[in-house]
Amino acid sequence: MASLVGSRVERKEDKRFLTGKGRYTADINLANQTYAIFVRSPHARASIKKINIDKASKSSGVVSILTGKEIADDKIGGLIAGWAIRSEDGTEMKCPGNPPLAKDNVNFVGDPVAVVIAESLAEAKEAAEKVEVDYKVLKAVTSTADAMNGDTIHEGIDKNLCFDWLLGDRQKVKEAFDKADKVISIDIVNNRLIPNAMEPRACVADYNAASEEITLYTTSQNPHLSRLIMSAFGNVAPEHKLRVVAPDVGGGFGSKINVYNEDIVCSWAAKKINRAIKWVAERSESFLTDIHGRDHVTHAELAVTKDGKFLGFKNETIANLGAYARVFGTVTPTYLFGPCATGVYEIPAAYTNVKAVYTNTAPVDAYRGAGRPEATYTIERLVEKASMELGIDKTELRIKNFPTVFPFKQTLVHTVDSGDYVAGMEKAKQMADYKGFEARRKESEAKGKLRGIGVTSYFEACGIAPSAAVMSLGCGVGLWESAEVRFNPTGQVTVYTGSHSHGQSHQTTFAQIAADELGVPIENIDIVHGDTDKGTFGMGTYGSRSLAVGGIAIVNACKKIVEKGKRVTAKMLEANPEDVEFKDGEFIVSKSNKKKTIGEVAFACYLPGVRDEMKSPLPEGDEPGLKETSFYDPSNFSFPAGTHIAEVEIDPETGHVKLQKYTACDDFGRIINPMVVEGQVHGGLAQGIGQALYENAEYDETGQLMTGSYMDYTMPRADNFPEFNIGYTCTHATTNPLGVKGCGEAGAIAAPPTVMNAVIDALGGQEVTMPATAEKVWKACKNLKKSNAKAA
Amino acid sequence: MKDFNYHSAKDSKEASKLASSSSAFLAGGMTTIPSMKLGLATYKDLIDIKNIKKLSGIKVSGKSVTIGAATKHVEVSNSKDVKKAIPSLSSLAEGIGDPQVRNRGTIGGSIANNDPSADYPSACIALNATIHTNERKIESAKFFKGMFETALKKGELIEAIEFQIPEKSSYQKHPNPASRYAIVGVYVAKHKGDVNVAVTGAKSCVYNDKEMSKALSGNFSSSSIDGMDLDSSEMNTDMHASAEFRASLVVTQAKKAVDAC
Ligand SMILES: Cc1cc2nc3c(=O)[nH]c(=O)nc-3n(C[C@H](O)[C@H](O)[C@H](O)COP(=O)(O)OP(=O)(O)OC[C@H]3O[C@@H](n4cnc5c(N)ncnc54)[C@H](O)[C@@H]3O)c2cc1C
Repeated sequence: MASLVGSRVERKEDKRFLTGKGRYTADINLANQTYAIFVRSPHARASIKKINIDKASKSSGVVSILTGKEIADDKIGGLIAGWAIRSEDGTEMKCPGNPPLAKDNVNFVGDPVAVVIAESLAEAKEAAEKVEVDYKVLKAVTSTADAMNGDTIHEGIDKNLCFDWLLGDRQKVKEAFDKADKVISIDIVNNRLIPNAMEPRACVADYNAASEEITLYTTSQNPHLSRLIMSAFGNVAPEHKLRVVAPDVGGGFGSKINVYNEDIVCSWAAKKINRAIKWVAERSESFLTDIHGRDHVTHAELAVTKDGKFLGFKNETIANLGAYARVFGTVTPTYLFGPCATGVYEIPAAYTNVKAVYTNTAPVDAYRGAGRPEATYTIERLVEKASMELGIDKTELRIKNFPTVFPFKQTLVHTVDSGDYVAGMEKAKQMADYKGFEARRKESEAKGKLRGIGVTSYFEACGIAPSAAVMSLGCGVGLWESAEVRFNPTGQVTVYTGSHSHGQSHQTTFAQIAADELGVPIENIDIVHGDTDKGTFGMGTYGSRSLAVGGIAIVNACKKIVEKGKRVTAKMLEANPEDVEFKDGEFIVSKSNKKKTIGEVAFACYLPGVRDEMKSPLPEGDEPGLKETSFYDPSNFSFPAGTHIAEVEIDPETGHVKLQKYTACDDFGRIINPMVVEGQVHGGLAQGIGQALYENAEYDETGQLMTGSYMDYTMPRADNFPEFNIGYTCTHATTNPLGVKGCGEAGAIAAPPTVMNAVIDALGGQEVTMPATAEKVWKACKNLKKSNAKAA
Repeated sequence: MKDFNYHSAKDSKEASKLASSSSAFLAGGMTTIPSMKLGLATYKDLIDIKNIKKLSGIKVSGKSVTIGAATKHVEVSNSKDVKKAIPSLSSLAEGIGDPQVRNRGTIGGSIANNDPSADYPSACIALNATIHTNERKIESAKFFKGMFETALKKGELIEAIEFQIPEKSSYQKHPNPASRYAIVGVYVAKHKGDVNVAVTGAKSCVYNDKEMSKALSGNFSSSSIDGMDLDSSEMNTDMHASAEFRASLVVTQAKKAVDAC
């Protein structure tokens, strides 16, 4: 049987999705359901003086109106940060309470203060407009850079500072800088983004008074984790009385990791009113209340020798947490950021200092790449600038500082098991025709255009993560993953995974893995995920962990099936278990022609006895049935890496940046399905290029979101992109049995600096901030013209 | 969205009879429906005009192209007749919004709405269009009054827009990257006597740039407007473009349009 791993198996989920048969949360309608509308703060910062629901309560169709008072009275807990980060001085981070419905204060536009539940959506909306909230408006803090000088948002949190964290050794860095021939420094802003999953958030909560069980259908990337948080911290119901189902989910990009206010409120309220409640976000609510991403202000320095060896690296960053610290809010700008800030380079001394601040804006949390895009942007902009200032070719300078021996002990935290960064660079250069660039630049110049080329070499730490490691860094849970493989008596297989697919194609790729491990046709394998009532447990999907952690749990469970199969075969065929080999779905007694198919063995496991022809006694110590479970805890992160090269052409008269070529050469270890990986790379690139050229979340000084719709928030479209030129190098990960790394975030990590390096190259080294909009670029072109004129 | 009464008018007369101070005509609905959904507008009555046969269709004569008010953008962009008579008009239609918008939005709705960054108003000005309503004919120069403001009276229905076929013309737009409306759009049309340079997006309402028209009427070459320093004091500033940038874009897009003629 040919191996399925590595082949372009068509997606099993496509038929369902392409024929409109996906079942998303908003598609779920329960008998006698009610509809929820949330009353949200129109102010970025205010105290709530009074809420009057008299008029609203009398509005037609209203079932119930609940506020922060009721939720506090019922002792429902608030939303939490999942990682405890300590400041450099050893103090614990400072987190404000974040009740699901604000009671005393609101802290961003969109912060919910009440829920109106009615018989119909229209009635709920109508009544919500009649809820009168008397606010005392306070001065908002919205700027990341100035947050520490603003009014105190949360009582007792001085300077709006959650923590002031350090990774690395300042003294060693100082010594390195003292020895440097040159110091390259840079001030950058990592612009704030809104994830914009295609499917807005939604939930349907149901209460069964007979079983006293709450069922919550929700748009989640990790239903088990949601249940755990809602149960342990939200006090909504004990875990065994709370079922969380995340059916088809239309994109998450990190924005659906969090348990949100609406999940808790609807679950709690459904029990209170003893009826099902449905809530579906409008797009404007998604803009305002989904977690946002990035939003860093950074000053970084690189100490170098005159021939281009890197000696030391400093990174001083202010990271905006928004109004509250959420699940991955505190780890994203720390352990997901700091360790990767030195990039793919050997830099003997380095530190990253992050001051995480609260502002009156939507909470900022993990968004595709989470911390690694910010890290990569910092180091790669700096390295590009170093190449300009030192006059060393940008690719040579990088190669000069690449590690060549693996495992590579990276400066700050990670030990990178495998990679070949030089090979990646060489291949990328070839794919991009790096040598031919100067000729293309001249062609553009002849047309009055400016052309630039930009390079990024990145590595990232994903496949999160070894539980012992992350728990020692403050994580509130272990980041293992579970899988359960069930053989039915008639030979089909159901695989339960704790990973969740919201665009990642697990139904296909996980089935490919199981098909290879078990020798069962892929049509006979179903992948089940997204329901806390099905399967054991799961930590969910984010941080490119599904394959490198969840996939390995499947492999391990399959291996246990095979082990049992060998014992059963041995008993059936009267051989020694050690003499039974398994290959392509058959158990073969070595040096004989005796064999059993895995289907026969599975059948035997369910009929453990002897009757007529059937002889399937089970070996002693084995129980009937064929089902195995694995909880896999990885021994390390996985470290994809690669080099990307972009070429842009700028029209100096309009400032329009046209991305002409984009080359991505990535090392994702072993690839399970090249078509799926291409999809992941394309999507990541679109978001990364989007950050560089188009996307930006902007608040005004009063905390109103200026980019609250697609009329003003630029989502990139297909015609913004060239055909992507994608290639791979492959070094297998040595830390997992499949040799896989992770591919979900690479595009979003590498593309921003790649594109910006190209833009800045075209602009003769002038800094522009992301997104490089027409006006910013036009201004830079004017400056360039002026300085060129002066020079001439 | 608040409840409303839906009416489908069978002819212009019925449509304008149904109109009141709390009604709107429903053409493509691409402006009306989102504003109702967002609570920016509420109407008691929506009067659907798409079933009025007379309002749809394209007629070309030797001198003009007449487009029914309820004709969709996609129909204009796909029309072979328009492509032949005024190619720039069909490419303008092709550049509006996205396919969904073009499949529903209408020329009459666009003009009646007079969004300061809409594309069609510039075509009307550049191509000396006459707006035919159920009551009268209005010259474009008198039709576009100000931001979202036109010469239309309550209940007055646009029936068709008649464009004069120019010798040469081109429309060049610098789109807002998010909405794809015009940050600046310049429609240059060379007629027998003179040249019109209609500008949309730059100010609160579409206008004919006299200075550039004059320069180009004298010498129809982009060099005659190159480096022109336009007064930006009345130009729009928003998060996507400052007045200064818009002023520069007006000249750049005008030059591009002349070069493309
Ligand atoms: C996402 C998006 C992107 C867009 N991008 C662009 C763009 O790039 N460029 C651009 O120019 N436009 C753009 N538009 C606008 C669109 O092209 C429509 O032309 C516009 O929305 C109005 O046309 P409609 O037929 O939908 O009118 P409707 O929404 O049905 O009506 C709008 C108004 O016009 C009135 N009206 C309609 N027909 C008549 C008539 N015959 N007589 C009198 N009054 C009438 C109505 O009473 C109403 O007040 C965009 C719209 C959207 C939603």
